[in-house]
Amino acid sequence: MEDQKSLNSIIDVCLLAGKIMLENGAETYRVEDTMIRIASAFGCKESQSFSTPTGIIFSLDGDYPISKVIRISHRSTDLHKVTLVNSISRSVTNKELTVREAYIKLKELEKANVAYPLWIQIFAAFISSGCFTIMFNGQWNDFIWACIAGGLGFACLLYLHRLLEVRFFAEFIASFVIGIAAFLFMYAGLGSELDKIIIGAVMPLVPGLLITNAARDLIAGHLVSGLAKGADAGLTALAIGAGIAVAFVIL
Amino acid sequence: MFEQVVTSFIASAAFGVLFNAPKQSLIKCGLVGMIGWVLYYGLVEIEYDSIFATLVAAFVVGVISQFFAKRYKMPIIIFTIAGIIPLVPGGLSYDAMKHFVENDYNVAVQLAAKVCMLAGAIAMGIIFAEVMNQLIIKYNRRKQSEKGAPLK
Repeated sequence: MEDQKSLNSIIDVCLLAGKIMLENGAETYRVEDTMIRIASAFGCKESQSFSTPTGIIFSLDGDYPISKVIRISHRSTDLHKVTLVNSISRSVTNKELTVREAYIKLKELEKANVAYPLWIQIFAAFISSGCFTIMFNGQWNDFIWACIAGGLGFACLLYLHRLLEVRFFAEFIASFVIGIAAFLFMYAGLGSELDKIIIGAVMPLVPGLLITNAARDLIAGHLVSGLAKGADAGLTALAIGAGIAVAFVIL
Repeated sequence: MFEQVVTSFIASAAFGVLFNAPKQSLIKCGLVGMIGWVLYYGLVEIEYDSIFATLVAAFVVGVISQFFAKRYKMPIIIFTIAGIIPLVPGGLSYDAMKHFVENDYNVAVQLAAKVCMLAGAIAMGIIFAEVMNQLIIKYNRRKQSEKGAPLK
């Protein structure tokens, strides 16, 4: 009975680590690998992990086989949390943490907010939009207009994402705003190339992380999560395209 | 060329902020992105095909990311994402979408196919780098075991 209890807490630690990593945009193979490593550091040599972008199944073999499922309902990108889980799992495998300590640390991390302040994020979107315009052979006098459109679009995305949980819609509106802003700059005679401004401004919304993760998962043999992430990336791209398209049609 | 170097560095580092990469990795993110983009840009300038250029740049990004990940003990994904972002065919997919909206399906489908090829090239480059890394690890291990050192 005692044994089963300790197994239960081990599996909880593994699942919590996996959950935090998946929610914050880690690759599938890294999630599975980390969970199995943590389990084996606590003495469960045989374990199976199956993770998809929407849930994880994890089971420990042995005298008292046990398995649990955890559902993942919202996903975002926060590589800092992935790094922190990574270092926790590193110290677990070096036997520096007990099961209880690891669980407490992970729980703290799950609630913690390690993100950059909002204004820094918006500023990053602002500056990178302009830079992308230049990288795609745009002209320097479009730089500032791409910056403003991109910053505006990203701020919209952040705000709407909080307001209405549906990411597709938030992305649609954000890119629509970018399209409208770029058109207005052109009408006012400020910008010189509409295409370059829009391309630069849209870049902060592009699902680059999802696309690379999807391709890597697919090639590494994680077919289920690869396809799921690919579909997610496709939806985002569709939302961005549709937003710009509607702006085109209206104006 | 100089403006490309500066803008790609800033853009990649700023993307690190958007993905909330740890503070101490932002400069390295910028570096990876800059090297990948300058390589791509240079290859396209001397009239290599953009698919080939993307493949080479993605491969180099993968190799450097492996190195940084090992050196600074951080998940590799931080560096690959920052390096990949400039290579993502955003401009081309925008063009494709624009032609779809204008009912010019012939051009649109051609452009969309090209986008898929470029995305595939990025993935292939990253995977090649990873496979190479694994081969080197295996080779080193075999060498060690031949010398009689215990296997890790």
